Amino acid sequence: MRKNPRDVLFDPLFEDNPIALQVLGVCSALAVTTRMSTALVMSLAVIGVLVGSNVTVSMIRERVPSNVRIIVQLTIIASLVIVTDQILTAYAYGISQQLSIFVGLIITNCIIMGRAETFAMHNPPGRSFLDGLGNALGYALVLMFVAFFRELLGSGSIFGVTVLAPTTEGGWYRPNGFMVLAPSAFLLIGCFIWILRWWRPEQIEEDFDARALSEPRDQSHIR
Amino acid sequence: MLEHYLSLATKAIFVENLALTFFLGMCSFLAISRKVETAMGLGAAVIVVLGITVPLNQIIHQRLLEPGALSWTGLEDPVDLSFLTYLFLIGTIAAMVQIVEMAIDRFAPRLYRALGVFLPLIAVNCAILGGSLFMVERDYTLAESAVYGVGSGVGWALAIVVLAAIRERLRYSDPPPALRGLGLTFMVMGLMSMAFMAFSGILL
Repeated sequence: MRKNPRDVLFDPLFEDNPIALQVLGVCSALAVTTRMSTALVMSLAVIGVLVGSNVTVSMIRERVPSNVRIIVQLTIIASLVIVTDQILTAYAYGISQQLSIFVGLIITNCIIMGRAETFAMHNPPGRSFLDGLGNALGYALVLMFVAFFRELLGSGSIFGVTVLAPTTEGGWYRPNGFMVLAPSAFLLIGCFIWILRWWRPEQIEEDFDARALSEPRDQSHIR
Repeated sequence: MLEHYLSLATKAIFVENLALTFFLGMCSFLAISRKVETAMGLGAAVIVVLGITVPLNQIIHQRLLEPGALSWTGLEDPVDLSFLTYLFLIGTIAAMVQIVEMAIDRFAPRLYRALGVFLPLIAVNCAILGGSLFMVERDYTLAESAVYGVGSGVGWALAIVVLAAIRERLRYSDPPPALRGLGLTFMVMGLMSMAFMAFSGILL
Protein backbone atom coordinates (compact mmCIF):
# COMPACT_ATOMS: atom_id res chain seq x y z
CA MET A 1 0.00 0.00 0.00
CA ARG A 2 1.55 3.26 -1.08
CA LYS A 3 0.48 6.37 0.72
CA ASN A 4 0.10 9.68 -1.04
CA PRO A 5 2.77 12.30 -0.23
CA ARG A 6 0.46 14.31 2.01
CA ASP A 7 -0.05 11.36 4.34
CA VAL A 8 3.66 10.61 4.35
CA LEU A 9 4.22 14.14 5.64
CA PHE A 10 1.36 14.51 8.10
CA ASP A 11 0.78 11.02 9.48
CA PRO A 12 3.75 11.14 11.86
CA LEU A 13 2.25 14.17 13.63
CA PHE A 14 -0.68 12.43 15.33
CA GLU A 15 -1.51 9.13 13.62
CA ASP A 16 1.94 7.63 13.87
CA ASN A 17 3.90 9.89 16.17
CA PRO A 18 7.52 8.75 16.50
CA ILE A 19 7.62 9.26 20.25
CA ALA A 20 4.10 8.37 21.31
CA LEU A 21 3.47 5.38 19.06
CA GLN A 22 6.69 4.14 17.54
CA VAL A 23 8.57 4.64 20.87
CA LEU A 24 11.62 6.07 19.13
CA GLY A 25 13.91 8.86 20.14
CA VAL A 26 12.66 9.40 23.64
CA CYS A 27 16.21 9.56 24.96
CA SER A 28 17.04 13.11 24.13
CA ALA A 29 13.49 14.35 23.98
CA LEU A 30 13.14 14.98 27.66
CA ALA A 31 16.36 16.45 28.92
CA VAL A 32 16.23 19.58 26.77
CA THR A 33 12.67 20.57 27.58
CA THR A 34 13.09 22.76 30.65
CA ARG A 35 12.98 25.86 28.41
CA MET A 36 11.17 26.40 25.14
CA SER A 37 14.17 28.03 23.47
CA THR A 38 16.41 24.97 23.98
CA ALA A 39 13.58 22.66 22.90
CA LEU A 40 13.11 24.72 19.73
CA VAL A 41 16.81 24.66 18.86
CA MET A 42 16.93 20.92 19.54
CA SER A 43 13.88 20.38 17.31
CA LEU A 44 15.46 22.39 14.50
CA ALA A 45 18.68 20.38 14.82
CA VAL A 46 16.76 17.10 14.64
CA ILE A 47 14.70 18.33 11.66
CA GLY A 48 17.91 19.19 9.82
CA VAL A 49 19.68 15.93 10.59
CA LEU A 50 16.68 13.67 9.97
CA VAL A 51 15.78 15.26 6.63
CA GLY A 52 19.42 15.24 5.56
CA SER A 53 20.06 11.64 6.56
CA ASN A 54 16.81 10.37 5.05
CA VAL A 55 17.53 12.00 1.70
CA THR A 56 21.18 10.89 1.65
CA VAL A 57 20.46 7.31 2.69
CA SER A 58 17.68 7.12 0.14
CA MET A 59 19.92 8.42 -2.64
CA ILE A 60 22.59 5.78 -2.07
CA ARG A 61 20.21 2.98 -1.08
CA GLU A 62 20.79 0.94 -4.23
CA ARG A 63 24.58 1.17 -4.10
CA VAL A 64 25.19 0.08 -0.50
CA PRO A 65 25.64 -3.64 0.21
CA SER A 66 23.16 -4.54 2.89
CA ASN A 67 25.69 -6.03 5.30
CA VAL A 68 27.54 -2.73 5.76
CA ARG A 69 24.51 -0.47 5.62
CA ILE A 70 24.38 0.20 9.37
CA ILE A 71 27.94 1.53 9.45
CA VAL A 72 27.26 3.65 6.36
CA GLN A 73 24.12 5.08 7.92
CA LEU A 74 25.94 5.80 11.18
CA THR A 75 28.72 7.62 9.34
CA ILE A 76 26.24 9.75 7.37
CA ILE A 77 24.33 10.61 10.54
CA ALA A 78 27.48 11.34 12.55
CA SER A 79 28.79 13.66 9.82
CA LEU A 80 25.49 15.54 9.66
CA VAL A 81 25.48 15.89 13.45
CA ILE A 82 29.04 17.24 13.42
CA VAL A 83 28.00 19.89 10.89
CA THR A 84 24.94 20.78 12.97
CA ASP A 85 27.04 21.00 16.09
CA GLN A 86 29.60 23.28 14.43
CA ILE A 87 26.83 25.56 13.12
CA LEU A 88 25.25 25.77 16.57
CA THR A 89 28.59 26.52 18.24
CA ALA A 90 29.26 29.25 15.71
CA TYR A 91 25.88 31.00 15.67
CA ALA A 92 24.13 30.09 18.92
CA TYR A 93 26.91 29.53 21.41
CA GLY A 94 24.88 30.08 24.58
CA ILE A 95 22.18 27.61 23.63
CA SER A 96 24.66 25.04 22.37
CA GLN A 97 26.29 25.16 25.82
CA GLN A 98 22.90 24.54 27.47
CA LEU A 99 22.21 21.61 25.17
CA SER A 100 25.62 20.20 26.23
CA ILE A 101 25.91 16.57 25.14
CA PHE A 102 22.45 16.27 23.68
CA VAL A 103 23.40 17.56 20.24
CA GLY A 104 25.97 14.79 20.01
CA LEU A 105 23.38 12.31 21.16
CA ILE A 106 21.31 12.97 18.04
CA ILE A 107 23.65 10.38 16.47
CA THR A 108 22.13 7.62 18.55
CA ASN A 109 18.63 9.07 18.40
CA CYS A 110 16.60 6.04 17.40
CA ILE A 111 14.21 8.09 15.23
CA ILE A 112 16.97 8.82 12.76
CA MET A 113 18.33 5.27 12.51
CA GLY A 114 14.79 3.93 12.60
CA ARG A 115 13.53 6.05 9.71
CA ALA A 116 16.69 5.46 7.65
CA GLU A 117 16.29 1.73 8.13
CA THR A 118 12.53 1.34 7.72
CA PHE A 119 11.69 4.09 5.23
CA ALA A 120 14.63 5.67 3.43
CA MET A 121 16.12 2.29 2.44
CA HIS A 122 12.96 1.45 0.48
CA ASN A 123 11.77 4.77 -0.93
CA PRO A 124 12.96 7.41 -3.41
CA PRO A 125 14.56 10.64 -2.09
CA GLY A 126 11.45 12.81 -2.54
CA ARG A 127 9.23 10.65 -0.36
CA SER A 128 12.05 10.12 2.12
CA PHE A 129 12.39 13.89 2.41
CA LEU A 130 8.70 14.19 3.31
CA ASP A 131 8.89 11.26 5.72
CA GLY A 132 11.94 12.75 7.44
CA LEU A 133 10.28 16.14 7.72
CA GLY A 134 7.05 14.64 9.05
CA ASN A 135 8.73 12.50 11.68
CA ALA A 136 10.98 15.33 12.80
CA LEU A 137 7.92 17.55 13.12
CA GLY A 138 6.15 14.86 15.15
CA TYR A 139 9.18 14.77 17.45
CA ALA A 140 9.26 18.58 17.63
CA LEU A 141 5.54 18.61 18.50
CA VAL A 142 6.04 16.45 21.60
CA LEU A 143 9.13 18.42 22.59
CA MET A 144 7.36 21.76 22.34
CA PHE A 145 4.31 20.41 24.22
CA VAL A 146 6.44 19.23 27.14
CA ALA A 147 8.64 22.35 27.10
CA PHE A 148 5.60 24.66 27.05
CA PHE A 149 4.23 23.27 30.31
CA ARG A 150 7.61 22.90 31.97
CA GLU A 151 8.65 26.47 31.28
CA LEU A 152 5.22 28.00 31.92
CA LEU A 153 4.64 26.23 35.24
CA GLY A 154 8.28 25.95 36.24
CA SER A 155 9.42 29.52 35.74
CA GLY A 156 6.25 31.36 34.69
CA SER A 157 7.50 32.32 31.25
CA ILE A 158 7.26 31.34 27.59
CA PHE A 159 10.40 31.68 25.44
CA GLY A 160 11.92 33.65 28.31
CA VAL A 161 9.10 36.22 28.31
CA THR A 162 7.43 36.39 31.70
CA VAL A 163 3.75 35.46 31.47
CA LEU A 164 2.92 34.60 35.06
CA ALA A 165 4.78 37.08 37.27
CA PRO A 166 6.66 35.01 39.87
CA THR A 167 6.55 35.93 43.57
CA THR A 168 10.30 36.50 43.65
CA GLU A 169 9.77 39.50 41.38
CA GLY A 170 6.75 40.82 43.24
CA GLY A 171 4.11 38.98 41.23
CA TRP A 172 1.49 36.47 42.33
CA TYR A 173 2.66 33.21 40.75
CA ARG A 174 4.69 30.84 42.87
CA PRO A 175 6.82 28.85 40.40
CA ASN A 176 6.39 25.11 40.63
CA GLY A 177 9.97 23.97 41.16
CA PHE A 178 9.00 20.36 40.43
CA MET A 179 8.45 21.21 36.77
CA VAL A 180 12.12 22.08 36.32
CA LEU A 181 13.24 18.67 37.62
CA ALA A 182 13.54 15.44 35.65
CA PRO A 183 10.43 13.50 36.86
CA SER A 184 8.00 16.09 35.52
CA ALA A 185 9.13 15.35 31.96
CA PHE A 186 8.21 11.67 32.35
CA LEU A 187 4.81 12.56 33.80
CA LEU A 188 4.07 15.16 31.09
CA ILE A 189 5.00 12.81 28.27
CA GLY A 190 2.82 10.15 29.90
CA CYS A 191 -0.05 12.65 29.89
CA PHE A 192 0.62 13.53 26.24
CA ILE A 193 0.32 9.86 25.27
CA TRP A 194 -2.78 9.52 27.44
CA ILE A 195 -4.50 12.48 25.73
CA LEU A 196 -3.42 11.34 22.27
CA ARG A 197 -4.76 7.83 22.75
CA TRP A 198 -7.96 9.04 24.33
CA TRP A 199 -8.48 11.19 21.22
CA ARG A 200 -7.39 8.40 18.82
CA PRO A 201 -8.57 5.20 20.52
CA GLU A 202 -7.25 3.00 17.70
CA GLN A 203 -3.72 3.56 19.07
CA ILE A 204 -4.53 1.88 22.39
CA GLU A 205 -2.43 -1.21 23.04
CA GLU A 206 -4.86 -4.12 23.29
CA ASP A 207 -3.03 -6.50 25.55
CA PHE A 208 0.24 -4.82 26.15
CA ASP A 209 1.93 -7.48 28.21
CA ALA A 210 0.99 -10.39 26.02
CA ARG A 211 2.72 -8.78 23.08
CA ALA A 212 5.87 -10.82 22.71
CA LEU A 213 9.19 -9.07 22.28
CA SER A 214 9.99 -11.15 19.25
CA GLU A 215 7.10 -9.62 17.37
CA PRO A 216 8.42 -6.35 15.97
CA ARG A 217 5.63 -3.81 15.86
CA ASP A 218 7.49 -1.69 13.35
CA GLN A 219 6.70 -4.05 10.47
CA SER A 220 3.55 -2.09 9.75
CA HIS A 221 5.57 1.06 9.13
CA ILE A 222 7.47 -0.38 6.19
CA ARG A 223 5.39 0.77 3.33
CA MET B 1 41.99 9.69 46.88
CA LEU B 2 39.81 6.65 47.46
CA GLU B 3 37.03 8.88 48.77
CA HIS B 4 37.14 10.82 45.52
CA TYR B 5 36.53 7.68 43.46
CA LEU B 6 33.89 6.39 45.84
CA SER B 7 32.01 9.65 45.67
CA LEU B 8 32.31 9.66 41.88
CA ALA B 9 30.87 6.15 41.75
CA THR B 10 27.99 7.01 44.11
CA LYS B 11 27.25 10.06 42.03
CA ALA B 12 27.22 8.06 38.81
CA ILE B 13 25.02 5.30 40.23
CA PHE B 14 22.45 7.21 42.24
CA VAL B 15 22.58 11.00 41.99
CA GLU B 16 23.15 11.39 38.27
CA ASN B 17 21.55 8.17 37.12
CA LEU B 18 21.89 8.09 33.33
CA ALA B 19 18.40 6.75 32.77
CA LEU B 20 16.38 8.64 35.33
CA THR B 21 18.14 12.02 35.42
CA PHE B 22 19.48 12.38 31.89
CA PHE B 23 16.90 10.21 30.11
CA LEU B 24 19.58 8.25 28.28
CA GLY B 25 19.02 4.86 26.71
CA MET B 26 15.25 5.23 26.88
CA CYS B 27 14.50 3.31 23.68
CA SER B 28 15.84 -0.01 24.89
CA PHE B 29 14.76 0.94 28.41
CA LEU B 30 11.13 0.91 27.28
CA ALA B 31 11.42 -2.05 24.94
CA ILE B 32 13.30 -4.50 27.15
CA SER B 33 11.77 -3.76 30.54
CA ARG B 34 8.86 -6.18 30.36
CA LYS B 35 10.61 -9.02 32.16
CA VAL B 36 13.14 -8.89 35.00
CA GLU B 37 15.27 -11.63 33.48
CA THR B 38 15.86 -9.94 30.12
CA ALA B 39 16.29 -6.59 31.86
CA MET B 40 19.11 -8.09 33.92
CA GLY B 41 20.79 -9.41 30.76
CA LEU B 42 20.68 -6.04 29.07
CA GLY B 43 21.81 -4.30 32.26
CA ALA B 44 24.85 -6.56 32.54
CA ALA B 45 25.74 -5.99 28.90
CA VAL B 46 25.51 -2.21 29.40
CA ILE B 47 27.80 -2.36 32.46
CA VAL B 48 30.41 -4.33 30.49
CA VAL B 49 30.29 -2.12 27.42
CA LEU B 50 30.25 1.19 29.34
CA GLY B 51 33.09 0.00 31.57
CA ILE B 52 35.24 -0.69 28.49
CA THR B 53 34.29 2.10 26.09
CA VAL B 54 34.45 5.10 28.43
CA PRO B 55 38.13 4.59 29.44
CA LEU B 56 39.03 3.63 25.88
CA ASN B 57 37.43 6.76 24.48
CA GLN B 58 39.20 8.75 27.16
CA ILE B 59 42.56 7.50 25.89
CA ILE B 60 41.61 8.23 22.28
CA HIS B 61 40.31 11.67 23.11
CA GLN B 62 43.34 12.60 25.18
CA ARG B 63 45.99 11.17 22.85
CA LEU B 64 44.52 11.99 19.45
CA LEU B 65 41.70 14.48 19.41
CA GLU B 66 42.24 17.18 22.02
CA PRO B 67 43.75 20.47 20.86
CA GLY B 68 47.51 19.95 20.94
CA ALA B 69 47.18 16.22 21.59
CA LEU B 70 49.14 15.39 18.46
CA SER B 71 52.26 17.24 19.59
CA TRP B 72 54.13 13.90 19.82
CA THR B 73 54.08 13.65 16.03
CA GLY B 74 56.34 16.68 15.87
CA LEU B 75 53.92 18.86 13.90
CA GLU B 76 54.66 22.55 14.32
CA ASP B 77 51.16 23.95 14.72
CA PRO B 78 48.99 22.51 17.49
CA VAL B 79 46.48 20.33 15.64
CA ASP B 80 42.89 20.41 16.87
CA LEU B 81 40.87 17.41 15.78
CA SER B 82 38.09 17.84 18.32
CA PHE B 83 35.52 18.27 15.55
CA LEU B 84 36.01 14.57 14.82
CA THR B 85 35.08 13.60 18.39
CA TYR B 86 31.58 12.28 17.60
CA LEU B 87 32.75 10.20 14.67
CA PHE B 88 35.57 8.66 16.71
CA LEU B 89 33.41 7.98 19.76
CA ILE B 90 30.66 6.21 17.83
CA GLY B 91 33.23 4.32 15.76
CA THR B 92 35.02 3.07 18.86
CA ILE B 93 31.74 2.06 20.45
CA ALA B 94 30.53 0.15 17.39
CA ALA B 95 33.89 -1.60 17.01
CA MET B 96 34.14 -2.36 20.74
CA VAL B 97 30.67 -3.87 20.83
CA GLN B 98 31.65 -6.18 17.96
CA ILE B 99 34.89 -7.22 19.69
CA VAL B 100 33.21 -7.76 23.05
CA GLU B 101 30.56 -9.85 21.33
CA MET B 102 33.16 -12.04 19.65
CA ALA B 103 35.27 -12.34 22.80
CA ILE B 104 32.31 -13.36 24.94
CA ASP B 105 31.22 -15.83 22.30
CA ARG B 106 34.67 -17.41 22.32
CA PHE B 107 35.49 -17.42 26.02
CA ALA B 108 32.16 -17.45 27.83
CA PRO B 109 29.56 -19.16 25.66
CA ARG B 110 27.03 -19.34 28.47
CA LEU B 111 27.26 -15.62 29.09
CA TYR B 112 27.01 -15.12 25.33
CA ARG B 113 23.75 -17.01 25.18
CA ALA B 114 22.39 -14.78 27.94
CA LEU B 115 23.65 -11.48 26.51
CA GLY B 116 23.92 -12.31 22.82
CA VAL B 117 20.75 -10.70 21.57
CA PHE B 118 21.36 -7.47 23.45
CA LEU B 119 24.90 -6.72 22.39
CA PRO B 120 24.16 -5.41 18.86
CA LEU B 121 21.35 -3.30 20.28
CA ILE B 122 23.81 -1.62 22.58
CA ALA B 123 25.91 -0.03 19.84
CA VAL B 124 23.17 2.53 19.26
CA ASN B 125 22.14 2.88 22.87
CA CYS B 126 22.24 6.55 23.86
CA ALA B 127 23.49 5.66 27.33
CA ILE B 128 26.77 4.32 25.94
CA LEU B 129 27.49 7.35 23.76
CA GLY B 130 26.20 9.60 26.54
CA GLY B 131 28.71 8.14 29.00
CA SER B 132 31.58 8.89 26.63
CA LEU B 133 30.29 12.38 25.86
CA PHE B 134 29.98 13.21 29.57
CA MET B 135 33.54 11.96 30.03
CA VAL B 136 34.74 14.37 27.32
CA GLU B 137 32.69 17.27 28.68
CA ARG B 138 33.82 16.80 32.28
CA ASP B 139 37.46 16.13 31.43
CA TYR B 140 37.83 12.94 33.46
CA THR B 141 41.23 11.32 33.89
CA LEU B 142 41.71 7.70 32.86
CA ALA B 143 41.06 6.30 36.36
CA GLU B 144 38.07 8.57 36.86
CA SER B 145 36.56 7.56 33.54
CA ALA B 146 36.94 3.86 34.39
CA VAL B 147 35.08 4.43 37.68
CA TYR B 148 32.51 6.60 35.94
CA GLY B 149 31.95 4.06 33.16
CA VAL B 150 31.29 1.15 35.48
CA GLY B 151 29.33 3.30 37.93
CA SER B 152 26.97 4.77 35.39
CA GLY B 153 26.48 1.31 33.89
CA VAL B 154 25.50 -0.06 37.30
CA GLY B 155 23.10 2.85 37.78
CA TRP B 156 21.43 2.20 34.43
CA ALA B 157 21.17 -1.53 35.09
CA LEU B 158 19.66 -0.86 38.51
CA ALA B 159 17.03 1.41 37.03
CA ILE B 160 15.99 -0.99 34.26
CA VAL B 161 15.74 -3.98 36.62
CA VAL B 162 13.58 -2.00 39.05
CA LEU B 163 11.35 -0.79 36.22
CA ALA B 164 10.98 -4.34 34.87
CA ALA B 165 9.99 -5.58 38.33
CA ILE B 166 7.35 -2.86 38.62
CA ARG B 167 6.00 -3.61 35.14
CA GLU B 168 5.67 -7.29 35.95
CA ARG B 169 3.43 -6.33 38.86
CA LEU B 170 1.51 -3.81 36.73
CA ARG B 171 0.16 -6.68 34.66
CA TYR B 172 -2.45 -7.25 37.35
CA SER B 173 -3.61 -3.64 37.47
CA ASP B 174 -6.55 -2.14 35.64
CA PRO B 175 -5.58 1.30 34.26
CA PRO B 176 -7.79 3.43 31.97
CA PRO B 177 -7.52 1.99 28.42
CA ALA B 178 -5.79 5.01 26.90
CA LEU B 179 -3.09 4.90 29.55
CA ARG B 180 -2.26 1.23 29.05
CA GLY B 181 1.24 0.30 28.07
CA LEU B 182 3.47 3.20 27.13
CA GLY B 183 1.64 5.98 28.95
CA LEU B 184 1.62 4.13 32.24
CA THR B 185 5.27 3.16 31.85
CA PHE B 186 6.19 6.81 31.54
CA MET B 187 4.21 7.62 34.68
CA VAL B 188 5.99 4.83 36.57
CA MET B 189 9.36 6.13 35.40
CA GLY B 190 8.39 9.59 36.61
CA LEU B 191 7.67 8.18 40.07
CA MET B 192 10.94 6.21 40.06
CA SER B 193 12.82 9.31 39.01
CA MET B 194 11.25 11.14 41.95
CA ALA B 195 12.37 8.38 44.29
CA PHE B 196 15.91 8.61 42.97
CA MET B 197 15.89 12.35 43.64
CA ALA B 198 16.03 11.47 47.31
CA PHE B 199 19.68 10.57 46.69
CA SER B 200 20.60 14.04 45.47
CA GLY B 201 23.11 15.81 47.63
CA ILE B 202 24.74 12.62 48.89
CA LEU B 203 28.48 13.12 49.20
CA LEU B 204 30.98 10.68 50.59
